[in-house]
Amino acid sequence: MDLIAEILITSCLVIGGIFGLVGSYGLLKLPDPMTRLHAPTKATTLGVGGVLVASMLYFLILGDGLSFHELLITLFLFLTAPITANFIAKTHLHRNVPVEALPETGTDRPWASYESDEARAAAEGNRDAPH
Amino acid sequence: MIDYALIFAFACFGLALLMNLYRVIEAPGLGDRILALDTMVINSIALLGLYGILRGTTVYFEASMLLAMTGFISTVAYTRFLLRGDIIE
Repeated sequence: MDLIAEILITSCLVIGGIFGLVGSYGLLKLPDPMTRLHAPTKATTLGVGGVLVASMLYFLILGDGLSFHELLITLFLFLTAPITANFIAKTHLHRNVPVEALPETGTDRPWASYESDEARAAAEGNRDAPH
Repeated sequence: MIDYALIFAFACFGLALLMNLYRVIEAPGLGDRILALDTMVINSIALLGLYGILRGTTVYFEASMLLAMTGFISTVAYTRFLLRGDIIE
């Protein structure tokens, strides 16, 4: 029983460490900002998840019972990583990509994050108005 | 066996933290700098978890919870400041 537990914990730790390293290496290695966004938000989050699962198993089997803190941290990181990635991608678009370079939206309204507050209020007010 | 895995994981995340530090200093754009800072926070959460296993205590999980929250909020505040010129409207 102890050997199986040790093998499980060890493999979680090693996999987590490798994923963390790959994520940070991708941040240095990948060619342009939008692809660089992939490495830390996916691989590093998985690496931290591996470490936290390992520590949960460790305290469950060799320590004193199940603790939910790791689960909370994992859940929080998995929820916030996409939001962070979305915000950073938006910042990159607004600072470095001109509006003309974006593909057409196919409607008469521009991309949501480029639309001004007044234009959005006017367009959505018209759509909601009774005909 | 767990000890060797711990040393390996410590080395991996330490190296990752050094790479992030290099990226913060030598960033090609502002977005990459914010991303590198966010990754640094995530890697330090992993280091804290590993240190908790090494010491055999659960005291460090509160610290990593706080670090996760402040890291997320500071990243969002920074990007929002760049996007709108204002954090709280």
